[in-house]
Amino acid sequence: MDLKVGIDIGSTTVKVVVMKGKDVLYRVYQRHLAQVRQAALEALQGAKEFLNDPFKVAISGSAGLGVAECADIDFVQEVFATYETVKEYQPDTDAVVELGGEDAKIIFLSGGLEERMNGSCAGGTGAFIDQMATLLNVSSDELDSLALKHEKIYPIASRCGVFAKTDVQPLLNQGARKEDIAASIFQAVVDQTIAGLAQGREIKGKVLFLGGPLYYYKGLQQRFVETLKLGSGNAVFPDYGRFAVAIGAALFAGGVQKEFTFEELEAKLKDTSKQVATTNYLEPLFRNQQEYQDFVSRHKAATIPWCDIRTYNGKAYLGIDCGSTTTKLVLMNENYEVLYQYYASNEGNPVKVVKEQLETIYELCGDHVTICSAVSTGYGEDLIKNAFDLDEGIVETMAHFTAARHFEPRVDFILDIGGQDIKCFRIKNEAIDSIMLNEACSSGCGSFIETFAKSMGYTAEQFSQLGLFSQHPVDLGSRCTVFMNSSVKQAQKDGASVEDISAGLSMSVVKNVLYKVIRTRSAQDLGEYIVVQGGTFLNDAVLRSFELELGHNVIRPKFAGLMGAYGAAIYGKRIAKERSTMLVPEQLQHFVHEAKPFVCQGCTNHCNLTINTFGDGKRFISGNRCEKPLGMEKQALPDIYQYKLDKIKALEGTVGKRGKIGLPLGLNMYENIHFWHAFLTELGYEVVLSDISSRKLYASGQHTIPSDTACYPAKLMHGHVENLMRKNVPIIFYPCMSYNFNEKKGDNHYNCPVVAYYPELLHSNMGMLKYYKFWYPYFNMADRRMFEKKVYEFFHKEDPTITYSEIYGACDKAYSRYFAEIADIKEMGRKAIEEARRQGKGIVVLAGRPYHVDPEINHGINSLITSLGLAVVSEDCVSDLVEPVKVNVLNQWTYHSRLYNAAKYVTQNKDMELVQLVSFGCGIDAITTDEVADILTKGGKLYTQLKIDEINNLGAVKIRLRSLIGAIKEREMEKGE
Amino acid sequence: MSETKKAVFTKEMKDTHTILIPTMLPIHFRLLSTVMAVYGYKTKVLSNSGKRVIEQGLKNVHNDTCYPAQLVIGQLIDALETDKSLDLDKIALMITQTGGGCRASNYLYLLRKALDKCGYENIPVVSATFMKTEQSPGFSLPLTMILQLYYGIMFGDLIMLLNNQCLPYELEKGATQKAVDEAISLSEELLSKHKLLTWNMASDMMKQIINCFKKVERSKEKKIKVGIVGEIYVKYSPLGNNNLEDFLLSEGCEVVCPGLMDFMLYSFANSEFDYELYGMGGALKAKVMHEVNGFLRKKKRQMIELIKENSNFEPPAPFEVTIASAEGYIGHGVKMGEGWLLTAEMVELIQHSHCNNIVCTQPFGCLPNHICGKGVMRTIKEKNPQANIVAVDYDSGSSAVNQQNRIKLMLANARMEQKRQQEAQEKETVLA
Repeated sequence: MDLKVGIDIGSTTVKVVVMKGKDVLYRVYQRHLAQVRQAALEALQGAKEFLNDPFKVAISGSAGLGVAECADIDFVQEVFATYETVKEYQPDTDAVVELGGEDAKIIFLSGGLEERMNGSCAGGTGAFIDQMATLLNVSSDELDSLALKHEKIYPIASRCGVFAKTDVQPLLNQGARKEDIAASIFQAVVDQTIAGLAQGREIKGKVLFLGGPLYYYKGLQQRFVETLKLGSGNAVFPDYGRFAVAIGAALFAGGVQKEFTFEELEAKLKDTSKQVATTNYLEPLFRNQQEYQDFVSRHKAATIPWCDIRTYNGKAYLGIDCGSTTTKLVLMNENYEVLYQYYASNEGNPVKVVKEQLETIYELCGDHVTICSAVSTGYGEDLIKNAFDLDEGIVETMAHFTAARHFEPRVDFILDIGGQDIKCFRIKNEAIDSIMLNEACSSGCGSFIETFAKSMGYTAEQFSQLGLFSQHPVDLGSRCTVFMNSSVKQAQKDGASVEDISAGLSMSVVKNVLYKVIRTRSAQDLGEYIVVQGGTFLNDAVLRSFELELGHNVIRPKFAGLMGAYGAAIYGKRIAKERSTMLVPEQLQHFVHEAKPFVCQGCTNHCNLTINTFGDGKRFISGNRCEKPLGMEKQALPDIYQYKLDKIKALEGTVGKRGKIGLPLGLNMYENIHFWHAFLTELGYEVVLSDISSRKLYASGQHTIPSDTACYPAKLMHGHVENLMRKNVPIIFYPCMSYNFNEKKGDNHYNCPVVAYYPELLHSNMGMLKYYKFWYPYFNMADRRMFEKKVYEFFHKEDPTITYSEIYGACDKAYSRYFAEIADIKEMGRKAIEEARRQGKGIVVLAGRPYHVDPEINHGINSLITSLGLAVVSEDCVSDLVEPVKVNVLNQWTYHSRLYNAAKYVTQNKDMELVQLVSFGCGIDAITTDEVADILTKGGKLYTQLKIDEINNLGAVKIRLRSLIGAIKEREMEKGE
Repeated sequence: MSETKKAVFTKEMKDTHTILIPTMLPIHFRLLSTVMAVYGYKTKVLSNSGKRVIEQGLKNVHNDTCYPAQLVIGQLIDALETDKSLDLDKIALMITQTGGGCRASNYLYLLRKALDKCGYENIPVVSATFMKTEQSPGFSLPLTMILQLYYGIMFGDLIMLLNNQCLPYELEKGATQKAVDEAISLSEELLSKHKLLTWNMASDMMKQIINCFKKVERSKEKKIKVGIVGEIYVKYSPLGNNNLEDFLLSEGCEVVCPGLMDFMLYSFANSEFDYELYGMGGALKAKVMHEVNGFLRKKKRQMIELIKENSNFEPPAPFEVTIASAEGYIGHGVKMGEGWLLTAEMVELIQHSHCNNIVCTQPFGCLPNHICGKGVMRTIKEKNPQANIVAVDYDSGSSAVNQQNRIKLMLANARMEQKRQQEAQEKETVLA
């Protein structure tokens, strides 16, 4: 008898097939909701009638690994299983794309078998789509049908789910069409697959698409077919798509020794589901009921007084907190008592929610309550303020700070965890001492728990309630949510219960906050009075975890989720007039809102704008970086970033006797370009630069990137080289350099490993380069004499007509040009500071690396800063104005040494602030950021870090910068009083 | 601004203090600490591991810093916090200070920062380094000691090599471990008696080590060979790589792991390359280094000869082969982290050891490995189509199941290839 069973247990679903020969007799596909073993057993029950004879069995799938081990059943790796299936059913296939719950795979069959799985930092998978659907507040099926009706595609970061979210959220808040966002999400999955998995190999010919998501989502299918330009017949979505792994497992089972009867297999699986797991455990949140009762009653004490709106007569102040996933409103009276509150999901359309709420509030107010001010805050601050003509907006950080301090004037530390953001404030002498915000890659926040709860079939409340009394919370680690997902998978493999996972997740969120965002190790660091707020702290499991991990009790205001709105209302009371400017009930009746996407043609940034139109013809444009689309003139504030860029743009090649030579414009070339341009021009080469970076240029080289966790500036180099090849230059010149110039600021003068050796990587991974002369010799420019010698050796070998005296002359030109350029930037910096001071404006030292001048890397942050009324200078403008700083780390990278000095200089100047640009994935900055922050804090300055990647949206950046400005103002006010 | 306090390891402390050494390679480090004892240092190689170590690392080191920094520092701090037998006034800590453009050169500073944060600022830190600026008055590395350490590493490499070749095939369970234990105690005994071994003593010792393992009876079955390369800490440390060796053994594989000697030879070779590429260090230093390197590489060749003469174990490749292996794949100027050595090891495994299956380990976000690990895989596969390499990232947050699943895919391919070869062979025999 050739009866066999394949069981595929993935991260979210269980698939079982029964086969006889090549025929599938039975198949079932179901979600396992983390109950891996039980679900497998249930799925198997349905197959019973086909399994009267002994059969062979094999298990596959990431969550199946543990089950197979415990039950001593043969295991087959899932990609391998897929391969078995394809060989059997569609042997003429050229490539297979398979997306699962959390893994993505590619198999190339023709032209050399190759199998690949996604790396650890990639989330373009089924779980990612589920997460995005939750964010849009639609079911996954609805997401799919929305996507089919799209008109345009927005660029959404495809590296991982957390990043994508950062791009999606602001689109939502700006009112972009859900149809377009849905399709963009699918496009992000496609891009991730191509960039992260194909890595240089083209997906072409007959392509088979497998796995649950590719079976169910027609929108995703469409994106794949269009992007890969697959003709009809070449894109195959087989009926067995969801079962490919299970079928492969069954085929594999055909070759194993062991045979089972149904009862035997059932008994084996049952046996394993009873086995005690081996995962790491944490202490339970509560040891007994008494502890829980004490906890509950202690936190009950922290309430905000309440006043009945029906009996109150007089003035009131409205605060609206339009958050990333929820909308909160608080109406407050003269005595800071709450008259009305609202907290609910914004259902992807905050404007509608607010409108309804305003109508309710007006009705409750009647004639006896006068709203004197209305202030908005949060992600949707601008949109709401403009839609309803509110009096003012306040940056959310300041709103939360205001509320917490009102609640507990002695507060030392405020921690706010919202759906999407974590904000922390350290308070010293009643002023903000430092602000810490989470980065895109550490967003273990509320919406993560919520999404997770939903994926397991619970509401967030139910889910957290379950965790409270778990006896063995699992240790899930504390990195980003993608990692947590895989830790959960590991726990599931070991048979952890939903209760244990829930408690473990709460613990993870807390550890993430403490060790990654706040970077503390003990309660003493935070102070005595710690106020926690934000929707996530409404979750008792999170609150308890926090207290346990910290070893210190904290204060959670009863309206923890409403503190932003409450703070906005308190702020509103300060600025209140006779009556608020907010739309009155009659106007609300005629209120209509429509959002339309629009690509700005004002400059090369091509911002994706959203034009919101309201009933009275009023318009609000969002998504812009500068004032141009708003019809305003750009402010004439000095901006050294722009100056540097303009100088590079002005460089032109001179036709020479030795022909064209191409230089990729990125990484260290951004600064050294002046050196090489002078050098090569003098030697008689016509220098051709690659174009200024753009998303399109990045995309053109994306498929040759071997390591997707490298920094964005490095990954852009692939596009630059591609660009040079398209320009048809015969030679591409990009030297390797372990060492940089020695500016005598530190212990050594290295480049970072990526800057130093990226040419090697390009050479290895860009196959087309073999048709060009790609020159990537090793040089050290710090030693002029040796440089001359080595550079001569190299060029003379490549072109024997080049003489030593030519090289000598070219070096002369190159060195003097380089140093003149450095001096010019310093001089312009000095002038910029002077000019800003003349205008009475503040100055921001935007500190990064030379290549952060690239507009595709900084995403226009410099323009954003000037639009906020501050001048921008770069770190190298001021880094020579102080004695070299002695730091607590090994100060051995030239570019990074500049940062420390710049920070020192900023502390000596009252009107200066430092904002550090950090590219995601920059390992060296894990060392510099702490040190820069330390120098600034000790010098009485606030530290602001902006982490940037391919994410294009400046929403979060703007909040950080406005928080900085707000905190400085607040400090000055405190000092003034 | 105030500087992180810097407690100095003074000359007096050499007699009074015990130096704690974080572990990486259990066998090697035992031998190295024996050498240190002969030179008058009291040492203790730490063996604490598990969740507590990782937790301490997370708490005390910037979480974006590489995983090895978190583990090494976590292990030291965990020992200070939990090992009650330690007299904290009589303790010093040791950490390596490699120098070079990789961020690993900052471990010493990150450790000092962490100590400061935890209130251990008075505990002196000894840096094991050749960098003059970071040396402690109480700790020095005279030439004889360096050479003796080199012999220690050599013995360690040999024991590790033979262990890897015996363990999967032993017929009597535990026999290999017995050989390892015997070899270690013989080596320890010898090293503890002399400040510097003569080459005769050293080669005699290696023969004895080989003999220990020759006693292990081995089966003739053909197992799948899997090479482990990567960032030095996660490559070797079971704490760093989730017990990768054990996992591979449980999957029925033979582990092939390049030795620690190569890393030392690589570091020394780079000063020659620095001169060649940039004229750095001057001609005289380059000449001296050339002599030194020649001497050290010769020792490795002699070890290889000993293995060949005295057994049928497979010896490693001479370092000259390792250097040549990089050619055509990566420049020898790539010297940060494991640099060109990592690439060379992969090529060498495939071409010299006929081990096509490779796990390339690195800490999540490891900067040099973007270039010399993941960056060269395409070229390696192009030139060696039989290569079957999987890159695995290690990190406190990434789960073992994810790592194992990827390794299992590599193994599935390896088994398929093995089966194909067997079938081809059978066919041949039938035809013959």
